[in-house]
Amino acid sequence: MPLAVIALVLAGSAAAFAYTAGWLSPERLTPTRLVAALAPPGGPAPGHRRNHAKGVCFTGEFQSNGNGASLSKAQAFTAGTWPVLGRLNLATPNPNAADATVRVRGMGLQIATPDGDVWRSAMIDPPVFAVSTPQAFYDLLQSAPKGAEAMKAFIGRHPEFTAFAGWAGSAPWTSSYAEDPFNSLNAFLFTDAGGTTRAVRWSLRPAATPVPIAPDELAKRGPNYLEQEIASRVAAAPQRWTMVVTVAEPGDVTADPSKAWPAGRGTVEVGTLVVNKIIAEPDGPCRDINFDPTVLPRGISVSDDPFPAARSSAYARSYDLRTSEAKDYPRTAGAGSNKP
Amino acid sequence: MSSPMNHTRFSGAQRLLHWTMAAGIVAMLFIGVGMLSTVAPSYVPLVATHKTLGVALFALVLVRLVLRLVLGAPPLPASLPPLMRLGAVLSHWGLYGLMIVMPLLGWAMLSAAAYPVVLFGHFRLPPILPQSDSLHTLLWGAHRWLAFAFFALILLHVAAALFHALVRRDGVFEAMSPLPSGKPERPA
Repeated sequence: MPLAVIALVLAGSAAAFAYTAGWLSPERLTPTRLVAALAPPGGPAPGHRRNHAKGVCFTGEFQSNGNGASLSKAQAFTAGTWPVLGRLNLATPNPNAADATVRVRGMGLQIATPDGDVWRSAMIDPPVFAVSTPQAFYDLLQSAPKGAEAMKAFIGRHPEFTAFAGWAGSAPWTSSYAEDPFNSLNAFLFTDAGGTTRAVRWSLRPAATPVPIAPDELAKRGPNYLEQEIASRVAAAPQRWTMVVTVAEPGDVTADPSKAWPAGRGTVEVGTLVVNKIIAEPDGPCRDINFDPTVLPRGISVSDDPFPAARSSAYARSYDLRTSEAKDYPRTAGAGSNKP
Repeated sequence: MSSPMNHTRFSGAQRLLHWTMAAGIVAMLFIGVGMLSTVAPSYVPLVATHKTLGVALFALVLVRLVLRLVLGAPPLPASLPPLMRLGAVLSHWGLYGLMIVMPLLGWAMLSAAAYPVVLFGHFRLPPILPQSDSLHTLLWGAHRWLAFAFFALILLHVAAALFHALVRRDGVFEAMSPLPSGKPERPA
């Protein structure tokens, strides 16, 4: 009898552990499943990010004008110039995708401040996200490869997708990262020095004037035109984006990045991102940085938007995979040496 | 352990630390596998809790180790078969080793990934290693597999404790029992 009690205690503990780990729940959306679903039919590219796999590093600075201090006590918003590193990228799991085949472009950004805080974000150029929930994103990843019928059914389940699809179908393309806006899309909470918290989203608006280009014209310029263009453009002159913070009003939905907030919401221009150096990714400082959107300074925190948590979980999985495959993505110069 | 301890129970401070840390460590193991299995909003507070609790447990195990070295442990009953005695000694030092190593591996692993180590209350720890793909892979693998080993060892420890309490009734469980003995301490 006592032995049966012991066996029961052990079996119960092991079962609870297995349940918590998800081993008994094949339907649970785990970071492993989400990241696996991002892989193209031929499998993922080892050593690379599992999404936004094609990109180029940059360094520069964030010139804060001090206006953001009215919204957040983060040191990044006090007037001053803070070092940044980042990554301009294409939303594809294929690091060799031709530029003109990828609709969504992104920017990973890290702003570091002397108080030791680090603010990372990963933004994209559409004005709204494709879907409302991480589960719907997983559904999208599974439906898209199955063709038009599957996508029609997907849109039936997730009608919010039409706003994103409308942008994807009609928004002009550009031939330069420098002409693209990059939007947080996710809502975050800014807390000011007085303790007041507000829900916000932010955008980086390009200083360069967008020049529309048809995708087939972009294709003619070569598969890697965007990286070459931004490198020569930045070599000629630093490129700038204005960071604009949009403040939600009571009742605005913060939990759904597929819904834009109504026009006319208050905005604050908080500073300028200046990109002054482009570095190829294999040896660049962004290569081994996970632009996890939950790496936040004091004065910024996650909201009820479910995506930053899901992205953090999935990005960590991607990071663990690709760092273990570093030999498949060799550095080109000074192999084995420390990065700058 | 050539301990000066002749009493039959661990000191109150040792028992308090044991049971506090037991709850904390079991929570850590469940939070660890739980957070890696989800993309839900709870992921963010789970990770923050895992880091914060991990640092707290590291501080506690250092105190505990000092107490153990100073106060020692009650002797195991003379009636204990040699194999069980060996198992007790090895598993206890294995548990101490894991309690010390796991938080350090976690901290080192985050450092090697260039993640800022931010705890609840925005307390932050400095990196203890530079960013390194190969070190991160090694440390992450070690943290993960030793966590499973830790859980297995805890199950063994619980089984042994219950075996002492329910089958052998030799006073070993009572030595670490969270409850005051209520009666004069019995000789081992």
